[in-house]
Amino acid sequence: MALTEKYGELIQKTFAKYPDKRSAVMPMLHLAQQEYGWVSPEGIQEVAEICEMDPTQVKSIAGFYTMYSESPKGKYWLQVCTDLACALGGADKFYEDLKAELGVEDGGTTEDGLFTVEHVMCLAACDKAPMLQCNFHFEEKLDMEKMRKRLAEWRAEAAKAK
Amino acid sequence: MNILLRGRDIPDLHKLDVYLKHGGYEGLKKALSMKPAEVIELVKASGLRGRGGAGFPTGLKWSFIPQNEPVKYVTVNCDESETGTFKDREIIETNPHQLIEGALICAYAIQATAVYIYLRGEFWDQGHALDGYIEEARKAGLVFDNIAGSGWSCPVYTHLGAGAYICGEETALLESLEGKMGQPRVRPPFPANKGGGLYGEPTVINNVETLTNVPWIMVQGAEEYKKIGTEQSAGTKIFCVSGHVEKPGNYELPLGITMRELLYTHAGGIRGGKQIKAILPSGGSGPIMRVNGNDDAILDTKLSYEDMAKAGSILGSASIIVMDEDTDIAWVATKAIQFFKHESCGKCTPCREGTYWLEKVCERIMANEAQLSDIDLVSNIAKNMQGMTLCALGDFAANPIIHTVKLFPEDFKKHIAQPSAPAVKKAAQPAPAGD
Repeated sequence: MALTEKYGELIQKTFAKYPDKRSAVMPMLHLAQQEYGWVSPEGIQEVAEICEMDPTQVKSIAGFYTMYSESPKGKYWLQVCTDLACALGGADKFYEDLKAELGVEDGGTTEDGLFTVEHVMCLAACDKAPMLQCNFHFEEKLDMEKMRKRLAEWRAEAAKAK
Repeated sequence: MNILLRGRDIPDLHKLDVYLKHGGYEGLKKALSMKPAEVIELVKASGLRGRGGAGFPTGLKWSFIPQNEPVKYVTVNCDESETGTFKDREIIETNPHQLIEGALICAYAIQATAVYIYLRGEFWDQGHALDGYIEEARKAGLVFDNIAGSGWSCPVYTHLGAGAYICGEETALLESLEGKMGQPRVRPPFPANKGGGLYGEPTVINNVETLTNVPWIMVQGAEEYKKIGTEQSAGTKIFCVSGHVEKPGNYELPLGITMRELLYTHAGGIRGGKQIKAILPSGGSGPIMRVNGNDDAILDTKLSYEDMAKAGSILGSASIIVMDEDTDIAWVATKAIQFFKHESCGKCTPCREGTYWLEKVCERIMANEAQLSDIDLVSNIAKNMQGMTLCALGDFAANPIIHTVKLFPEDFKKHIAQPSAPAVKKAAQPAPAGD
């Protein structure tokens, strides 16, 4: 039970928000994903025990919501909005170029394990197309020149972390 | 004039001390000096209507909450996921305390037990920042215990979703808050009734923009608010303009201004001096409007609930997506249905199966592999979804098909009439993440 040991206080604080432990299942899944990089079977089991739920129910919730990743992702999880409003602002072309730049297909991860690239639906930043979220932080008004710079920064950050 | 986007005029308005310096929490204090029922009457008199899309009178919604129930909730809808909508995000980033204050006034009016602000999970940074603003207000005695020394207490909590458009539907939002899959409930009972709300208790669910109006109404009064806008659409509205305009962005303007004024005076006109072809005035879900160039009289339509309905569309959340003369409307319809297919929660068969098949046939049309009868087929599928589902998503998904085929038949036919034409690059991509 790594989560309860490491985040006992946070978990209790989360429980205090709701009259029902089950309401904490989404925050706990976010926590498990942050801790393990994805919602692993161990993470599901732990969340189920914390929220006193059946692991099958927890798994169904993890599967329903797109932000819970049920497989490991690259260190930088790039989700490009290619929905209508962004597409009118050139998002489809940007997404094709980004995939070509990284040499991956839709949903793929680079060989060095750094970048996973996928397209997603509207992220509420339509006036700043093309845009993406990297590990849930927004990067806006992008073009490939700006993007190459960001990719280089992330690569340097990852090399430093090693 | 900015009531909601005051953060553009006042630097650092998101900080509590700055907000207080500019009249912050005065609306709440005024409400606390009144009887809860008087607060509801005032909001009713202001003519404020829900800004999430439905336009339901806000005060009337509050008045549905039974007074004798001991446990009641306020839930703030910040799931903002409609294609083309990005207004609530600017509010919570630049004017968060006005939302917290508005939510507390609502909570006081219905004597709520707690407030939950439900944010789409992608508002990760904004949600965590909001926790900080709530904590600031708590330390100043403006939220949680003995609010502003009134003896009345009410906690305010945030709850992050995890990527599901459907959670903007109010009963799906409640399910999600209760730790379940975000699937709409059967109504009745309605959320305002015992048995229908959060944890089965009577609940008010209001959009971020709606509640952010309330402190201003409390301070300035219902009559002042009614002076802005039209008779049936009081106040200002944030118009989210995106697509082929020179200056996409949020524009807070009085309801009742014309589409022309919004797009040409404020949003800089059509990009590259082109002619306008179509407008989706309420994101992907509302009926598309055909515009025959920049001189079309339809651009003189007033942006109000009543005038947009008369023009055959809706004001909705006022997420205005603009398309120029080069846009292929069959491609637009395909993009829209890809969205709804991805976001259908799967509970009702007409929506789950209908969006699946609509996507398939639309992608076939875009690949120039369809037959003429396929255009009737998509209309037919869409019409069989309308009114057949528990929530509005089924209707929303049918709208982009029914109205595009009706208003722009030539854009669909060109994919069929010229089988030798080079295949248009598919709008279709593999299913988005998490599908």
